[in-house]
Amino acid sequence: MEFSRRDTLALGLGAAALTVLPFQLSAAATDDAISAFTGGADVGTGGLTLTAPEIAENGNTVPVEVAAPGATSILLLAAGNPTPGVAQFNFGPLAAAQSASTRIRLAGTQDVVAIAKMADGSFVRAAQTVKVTIGGCGG
Amino acid sequence: MISRRDFLQVSMAASALYGASGFGNWARLGAQQAMTQDKLLDFDTFGNVTLMHITDIHAQMKPIYFREPEVNIGVGSNKGAVPHVTGAEFRKLYGIEDGSPSAYALSHDDFSSLAQSYGRVGGLDRVATVLNSIRADRPDALLLDGGDTWHGSYTCLKTEGQDMVNVMNALKPDAMTFHWEFTLGSDRVAEIVEGLPFAALGQNIFDAEWDEPTDLFPPYQFFERGGVKIAVIGQAFPYMPIANPGWMFPEYSFGIRDERMQEMVDEVRGQGAELVVCLSHNGFDVDKKMAGIVKGIDVILSGHTHDALPEPALVGETIIVASGSNGKFVSRVDLDVRDGRMMGFRHKLIPIFSDVIEPDKEVAALIDEQRAPFASELGEVIGKTDSLLYRRGNFNGSWDDLICDALISEREADIAMSPGVRWGPSILPGQDITREDIYNVTSMTYGKAYRTEMTGEFIHVILEDVADNLFNPDPYYQQGGDMVRIGGMGYRIDVTKKQGERITDMTLLKTGEKIDPSKTYMVAGWASVNEATEGPQIWDVVEDHIRAQGTIKLDPNNSVTVVGV
Repeated sequence: MEFSRRDTLALGLGAAALTVLPFQLSAAATDDAISAFTGGADVGTGGLTLTAPEIAENGNTVPVEVAAPGATSILLLAAGNPTPGVAQFNFGPLAAAQSASTRIRLAGTQDVVAIAKMADGSFVRAAQTVKVTIGGCGG
Repeated sequence: MISRRDFLQVSMAASALYGASGFGNWARLGAQQAMTQDKLLDFDTFGNVTLMHITDIHAQMKPIYFREPEVNIGVGSNKGAVPHVTGAEFRKLYGIEDGSPSAYALSHDDFSSLAQSYGRVGGLDRVATVLNSIRADRPDALLLDGGDTWHGSYTCLKTEGQDMVNVMNALKPDAMTFHWEFTLGSDRVAEIVEGLPFAALGQNIFDAEWDEPTDLFPPYQFFERGGVKIAVIGQAFPYMPIANPGWMFPEYSFGIRDERMQEMVDEVRGQGAELVVCLSHNGFDVDKKMAGIVKGIDVILSGHTHDALPEPALVGETIIVASGSNGKFVSRVDLDVRDGRMMGFRHKLIPIFSDVIEPDKEVAALIDEQRAPFASELGEVIGKTDSLLYRRGNFNGSWDDLICDALISEREADIAMSPGVRWGPSILPGQDITREDIYNVTSMTYGKAYRTEMTGEFIHVILEDVADNLFNPDPYYQQGGDMVRIGGMGYRIDVTKKQGERITDMTLLKTGEKIDPSKTYMVAGWASVNEATEGPQIWDVVEDHIRAQGTIKLDPNNSVTVVGV
């Protein structure tokens, strides 16, 4: 039978066509986006929760949730996408909760990165690798 | 006063000293060559709660042979840790004598000859006898089914799981979780689950559209047993839409969701649970990692990766019990729960030696009833084998060598691929191969054998991708299957490398030439998750091949070179 590229992507035996990404470019773009957000300030950890699947069920729509109590803004980046910027969530003083969820498209296995700006002007970072695969055969 | 932690450890030590886990007893039985049902079931009832665990039956209602893996490599922090210990090292670890019944049940060496001595294993009528015997000691014992129950045989495929539902209902489980069941399609799953007389649990089974829990699969169920309030939390296989065709159950999303597992544990503790049991289809290494992250689970009953361990693994204050597959074992776990806490345990992995354990007559009749309409198709002899046919092992098994041979010859392919599933009984040298035997290693709702051209580069991508599902050092990125089996091609794998760098030296066996990344090869395979897959069913391809061969004789497969172990 003939397989189109799209069909071939869905082959059962782990036929994930891992797009060859310009990861170097993505890495630089991610760093630039973080610098623009933080103004070059130091970035710590803690106080920011990033929830994403370890392995994406569908790389075209991956649910991601960020939460940082007390944050004024959270930047969300897909570090391996050709254009890493996903969203920036800003929370006003009357916001009941500083959390947001969205779905993002991931071009391949990569880190999803979140940076939160806290009320005191400090920054924290959280990241998780999300694997994009169609391979594997469960036992 | 003894702390809970100390108590657990004392209990473990006592297991080793006195055979309280039952394990030392088996080894002695073996030496005496005097296996009896009473001795197999002997157990000094302990505490106030009993759990019975069976998992990954894969629709094996009748006794079978099942060879455990020779190659089961652990990576990262699990290197050299159980269940990644096999053969002589495994026997040494647990004090099992060579040639004993335990050696036969739990390790691969001398399988064909030991199988002649000790016979078949499993059979749900024998399982029923074991459960009844435990219930005679402790009438309110909980029976928990870890899933992969409604898949894996001719009759299960033809009845869309109904045969297994009927027989399992007779065993009276109290709760169940899921994996391959979903490959029956979400409508059929809902139809069965709505009629189940027990809880269908999965805290990680979500509605895909809204990413919220579903009504059909509650996260947990409470039980009152021996005066103890027990919460059983279900954990379905996390990677169903990735490892199996998601288009068959598009309404559902899964994932590990360990943060929700913690919420559920906290919720049931808040409601007064004195004992928290997780009925899991995560796979052993994922369960170990989860036990280190989620606080407050007393017992994880672990399924999916088909490991059979004679003693529970201990992570913090959580015990993890692994009960094998294909109906070969039942685990009994007695617990002492007092003052709202698990104070100690006694455990026995009970091997279902089918020649030793008397079948339960009612369940035997029920099984016969399910099989009767298909008796002539099931029993038809297709051929014979001179070689041991088995599947388990990280890289290849002789059943898959035979399936790949069938794909190459019947589908005129250069290279064949067979999925690295872990189910499927073994066939001894000299045995006939029946149609039932072929379905036992191939039956599924997406069994069409495709034939397509792939470039060498693409084949490499596939191998790298599947290898990472097995050898990623973080268990949360593992899917719990084995490596895709390859016919017609050899390769070298370094399990310590990263994805993209593990697989080298891909060689086309028929010419001895290196695989050219830019060249196109004809590849035949089966079990594609692609909805539009076309081709004959794999069991028909294998049947045609076996008929043409008459008697199967396979050479040892040395086409995969493994390094970094």
